[in-house]
Parts: sequence; structure tokens; C-alpha cells
Amino acid sequence: MSVEESPVSLSEAPTRRLNMIEAINDALDIMLERDPNVVIMGEDVGYFGGVFRCTAGLQEKYGKTRVFDTPISEGGIIGVAVGMGAYGLRPVPEIQFADYIYPGLDQLVSEAARLRYRSAGEFIAPMTVRAPFGGGIFGGQTHSQSPEALFTHVAGLKTVVPSTPHDAKGLLIAAIEDNDPVIFFEPKRIYNGPFDGYYDRPAKTWEHHPGSEVPEGYYSLPLGKARIVREGAALTVLAYGTMIHVAESVLAEKGVDAEIIDLRTLVPIDIEAVEKSVEKTGKCLVIHEATRTSGFGAELAALVQERCFYHLEAPIERVTGFDTPYPHSLEWAYFPGPVRIGEAVDRLLAAG
Amino acid sequence: MAERPARSGKPRGNLPPLELYVPEPRYRPGDEVDYSHLAIPDAGKQPRPDEACKPDETWPLCGDMIRVLDGEHRAVGPWDPKLDPETLRRMLRVMALTRAFDDRMYRAQRQGKTSFYMKCTGEEATSVASAFALADDDMVFPSYRQQGILIARGYPLIEMINQIYSNRADKLKGRQLPIMYSARDFGFFSISGNLSTQLPQAAGWAMASASKGDTRIAAGWVGEGASAEGDFHSALTFAAVYNAPVIFNLVNNQYAISSFSGFAGAERATFAARAIGYGIAGLRVDGNDPLAVFAAVQWAANRARSNMGPTLIEHFTYRAEGHSTSDDPSAYRSAHEREEWPLGDPVMRLKRHLIALGEWSKETHEEMDRDVAEEVKAVAKEAEKNGILGHGLHHPFHTMFEDVFEDLPWHLEEQAEQAVRERRIKWPDWDGQ
Repeated sequence: MSVEESPVSLSEAPTRRLNMIEAINDALDIMLERDPNVVIMGEDVGYFGGVFRCTAGLQEKYGKTRVFDTPISEGGIIGVAVGMGAYGLRPVPEIQFADYIYPGLDQLVSEAARLRYRSAGEFIAPMTVRAPFGGGIFGGQTHSQSPEALFTHVAGLKTVVPSTPHDAKGLLIAAIEDNDPVIFFEPKRIYNGPFDGYYDRPAKTWEHHPGSEVPEGYYSLPLGKARIVREGAALTVLAYGTMIHVAESVLAEKGVDAEIIDLRTLVPIDIEAVEKSVEKTGKCLVIHEATRTSGFGAELAALVQERCFYHLEAPIERVTGFDTPYPHSLEWAYFPGPVRIGEAVDRLLAAG
Repeated sequence: MAERPARSGKPRGNLPPLELYVPEPRYRPGDEVDYSHLAIPDAGKQPRPDEACKPDETWPLCGDMIRVLDGEHRAVGPWDPKLDPETLRRMLRVMALTRAFDDRMYRAQRQGKTSFYMKCTGEEATSVASAFALADDDMVFPSYRQQGILIARGYPLIEMINQIYSNRADKLKGRQLPIMYSARDFGFFSISGNLSTQLPQAAGWAMASASKGDTRIAAGWVGEGASAEGDFHSALTFAAVYNAPVIFNLVNNQYAISSFSGFAGAERATFAARAIGYGIAGLRVDGNDPLAVFAAVQWAANRARSNMGPTLIEHFTYRAEGHSTSDDPSAYRSAHEREEWPLGDPVMRLKRHLIALGEWSKETHEEMDRDVAEEVKAVAKEAEKNGILGHGLHHPFHTMFEDVFEDLPWHLEEQAEQAVRERRIKWPDWDGQ
């Protein structure tokens, strides 16, 4: 049951202040408890509880056959998860960093994504692959990437990116319950607090952010449904993950009445929310941290121009990372921060 | 940027320059073939360790070759599974049926009834005898040449042909290349076409079975060529780490399309020998000896089922025909290889064994061959009523968009509408199917 459909409104459910790591841990805890077929595996996820602590305490609570460490073999992890899914389990493998997911690509693209289709529904791969992604943590080129577009391009995969602890919990529960393979990218820059894009200002925690009010117990947010972060009339921002918070702060500081849409799920995308907003504002800014060429922003721009062209008053703007590997010392030069977003907003506002 | 010198290495004392070694098979088209370099041990001489032994106790068997049928067609030695004549006759019949099926489907492809086919001629024992040694509800993760397992388990031949013809009765809705079967109710996992991907999946299924306290084990199949894939190694690692109840059957049929087994490392070590480095039991078996194959798989199955862990079995055999209907082996190997192959033919060997036992005769064999050929012919005719590839009797059009996801998302709904529109433009009288 989704929150939207729930007879109990969120305000009535008791909430706790959680950061995104705690919210993810809470979701995993709840699903391990509810469904004996859920298993969690990955590098260092067992006794240690994961390098980001997302699985802390879960092995102790549910035992070693439910939550366990794996060899350093992402292809093996995903391949084993496909076999477990065929048996009837519901594996939730963790890939320690999205940057390490590539050895598992063949098992994701050729196997998990196509198993239902090629077997005409005889076998399915109901797995949720969790992976921290994105930069801004001085992770260098191997701990900073945002490879979501590689997965949105694959027929049969769903791709989800939460931007708040509240959403992370509800979306992760929905992903685990989903009978299709889901890539669940966790923006690690906002694990501990909503990053506003100003790397030279003090970091914030989740403490004062409404998105950290996380209802206790079980709830799920439907995949394929966007969230309107802020209603506005001047322009539409399409973004997800960390960039939601950066966009929010930049547009607030510029005093622009923007409508910000958190896509939450990239495939399947909530096209109605996108169309409705762009038809209202007539201007569209697409933001992602990933490299530019063939990024998911290209898909968004294409969708908007195909479906909302006659409402557009300005060319669609894309703000993205540059087409370079993520540089270590110059990561803030790569990051699509306030200056890059600000320029694009100015161009949009000046047009039309 | 500065240009790099073409060759920067300086002579180092008396050391010769480095040389790159590229493997080359012994024989090419037209060559005389001499297999005297192949060590073929006598049948019955290989020790049979306890099924609960430590993995490294199987080390001698990784370089040896388990053989049961001797030169006089008798079953000898500790690996003789002592099967009763009725079981042997059933095994023979399934192998003969598999061969007859292959022959008919190969011809069907040549007649344009389908796009593609793959025979398993000469390798029938590696799947049929293995299937006889497993429980019917053990889960198999096949590669693309294990049709013998489906036939051994009694999967209806008509379902196989419907799939090969991609017709309206094809359970896979015409989505898969011919022979890429899926048969969940027969414990037969969906065949991928990408190589070795099924092995970590088999390990994962086995881990799941163990974690649930089940009694079923998993068995995967892979060619020797595909053992070079990373998935082979991750599968063995996972199986070893979690002591998974799984059997890896590596069918060493000497060829990966045109590349001989040397390109998978066969010149350096046997494929069975890889097992020991992972801490897995390894067996090397005469893949053309159905009794030896049965005995080896039975040993591994008993071992897995009693929580003693995984086994890698190298089935040493020969791909008697081309890789597929798209392949012409006369372009790269000597035709004499098949004629001279020192391990003979699995169907003939089992036939002679049964005759030696006094349980079979030339006449009954000929009668069986006629029977299985007739059976396949009749089923193929029946299947043709459901259509052959490209003749219009396919699955309803809209099924193309189903099963990408459990539910149809909006973008696939839109694309399905477009596909229907295109079809109506092309075929104005289309009935919507």
C-alpha cells in the first residue's frame, strides 16, 4: 500500500528524525522482518554493517543466512542474486560503490533485466541492487560516479534515486516488493545531510529538514511517481537525488519562483507530473550530476520537447557534470553547482 | 605529446627477446590425425574416493579420466554404477531419441522452417546420463547444448519444436532464439545465450536451497571455451565460499566454434584441475562413456546433497558436428578428427555394452532407431500445424510488449500502440493478432 493510498495520513503516523542511512537501515530491517525470502548480501555488509553502515545490526538480528558478506565479485553477487530470485528469494544485494557495478553489468543487462521476457514469465529476477552513487565527497574517479543512464537504457530494469530519508525508506520498501529488478542508487553526498551545493559553507545535517521526518513502521512510495518539492510558476526543474537540494537552495537564493520536481524513479518516469509542470511554466531546466553526453538529461529534454514543445518559451537547459572522469582535487569544478545552475536559470528567465 | 619510440627494450645480457605464444591446434583441414598424444587410461583403473572426501583428495582424478566401459564393452572398476538393464535401455533410448531429434531439427532448419539449430551429436551422454544421475526436481542451469536433459526428463518434444519454430504455441512466445528453452516445471532454467552467466546463477540457486533447508541441489553446464569467462570463476568462488550444493559440468568438446580448447587454457592444465585451486572437488570423466558420466554425476550429487559441497566435472568429449547450423567446421578442422576420436561414440558404446550383457541386439537397436525417428517425425508434423518461423502463425502481436516488466508502463503502452498502428498501415486487412 502506498502512502498516497494509505487511509492513515503520514501526519498521523508517529515519526522519527532519521538520516538517510538510518532510514535505509530501517527499510531493510522492516523487509527482513516481514518477508522471510528477503536476503541481504554484499561486500562488508554482514558483521561490520556496511562501509556506510546501512546494514548495521541486521546480521546480528536476522542471522548469517539472511545478511552476509560476499567475495569481492560484483558479477558473482548479481549472478548469484539472479539464481536466488529463480529459487524464490528476494535478494537485496549491495554494490559497495556504484563505480564498482560494471563487473555485474552482464548479469544485470543480459540476465536480470531479460529473464522475465525471455522465459515468458516462468522465471523472474525480483532483486533490488543498492549502490551509493554520486560525488562531492572527495572520492576520486572510482567513488563518485553517477552511472544511472547506463541502466535507464536497459529494457527491463527500473531505476530509483531517493532524495530524502523519508523517500529513501518508502521507495526502498517498494523496490524490494517489486517483482522486477530495481537499481536503487543512494546519493551518498546526502546520506548525512541535505547538501545545498555550496561546498565552502558548513555542512548541514538532516535535523531540520522536513524530509528527515520518517514514519515508523512499514510504508511504501509507489515507483514511477514523482514528488513536487516546491510549486512555482517561473520554470520547471527536473532533477533527482543530491541535485534536488542544490536546486532548491540556488533557486531560493536567486528568489526564483521555480517548480522543482523530484523524479524519484527514472524508469518508469512520471511523465504526467513532468508534462503538467512544463505546460504550466513553459520553461524547463534539467539537472544531473552525471556526465552530459547521453546522460539521462538528454532523455528528459527529448521527452519534454516531444510532448510539451508548443508550451515551451525557451530552449530546454541541461545542467550536468562535465564529460570527464570525476577529478579528485578539482571535484568542485566538475560538480554542477550554484554557478552552473545560476547561469542556466538566468538564460531561461531572460528568454521568452 | 612526445612520440614514443617503437621499441624501447634494451638487450639484457644473454636473455633472448620475449616471444608471444599463440596456441595452434594440431590439425587443420586435410591433415592426417594422430591422437597418440592423448593419454586414455584403461577403464576401471581409477580409484573412487569417498563422496565425503576432502576436495584435494580428488586431485589425481583431475588429471586422470574416469572410465567404466572397457574394450570388451564390459562395465568395470569401482566407478561402475551397476545400473540395471532396464535403466540402461531407457538411457540408450533417450540418447537415441536426442540424436534423432537433432537430425530432424537440423533438416528442418535447412528446409527453412526455422532460423537456427544446434546439435549435440557425440555429446549425448554428457547431458542424458547426467540427468539420469540427478533427481528430477534438482534444478539444472544449462548452456545451449543440453537438450538431452529435457528429453531425459520427459519434456514434451512438441514444446521443444514449437519453441524452435517460434510458432503460436511456443511457450516462450517467439521471443527466444531457437533451442533457448525454458521449462520451470521440469527444473530447467531459461537458457541465456550469453556464456557462463548460468553458473553463478546455479551457485545462487543452490545457496538459496541450502539456506531454506531444502533437499534439492543445482547443476550447471558450460563449455570448455566459456570457462574463460569471469562468471565461471565467480561461480566457483561463491560455490566454494558458501559450500553450495551445486555441480558444475564442464563439457570439454574440444571446440568453441572454431577455436580449439587451447584458447581456454587446455594446453596448460586440464579443466578439472581448476577445481582444486578453488577448494572444490574435481573429476575428469570420459564424456563418451555414459556409465562413467552417470557415476561421476551421481558421486557429485550425493556429495552436494549431504552438505559436502560443490564439484567441478570435466566431461572429455568431442563435438562431432558443427557449432550450429551457422557453422561449417570443414573450414577450420580436419574431418579425420571425428573418425579417429579415440573415445568412440556414446550411443554405440552403450549399445555394445547392452549387447555384451545379452540385454540387447542389433535388431532391437535398429527397431529402436526406427521408432525414435518415427516419433520425432510425427511430433514435428504436429508442431508444424502451429506454424513455422516466419509463416504468420506467431503469437498475438501485443505479446511483444508483455513481460518486459510485470506491468506495462506508460512508455511501453505508447510504443505498443505505435506498433499496432504501423501494422495496420502495412496490412490494412490485419485481424489484430
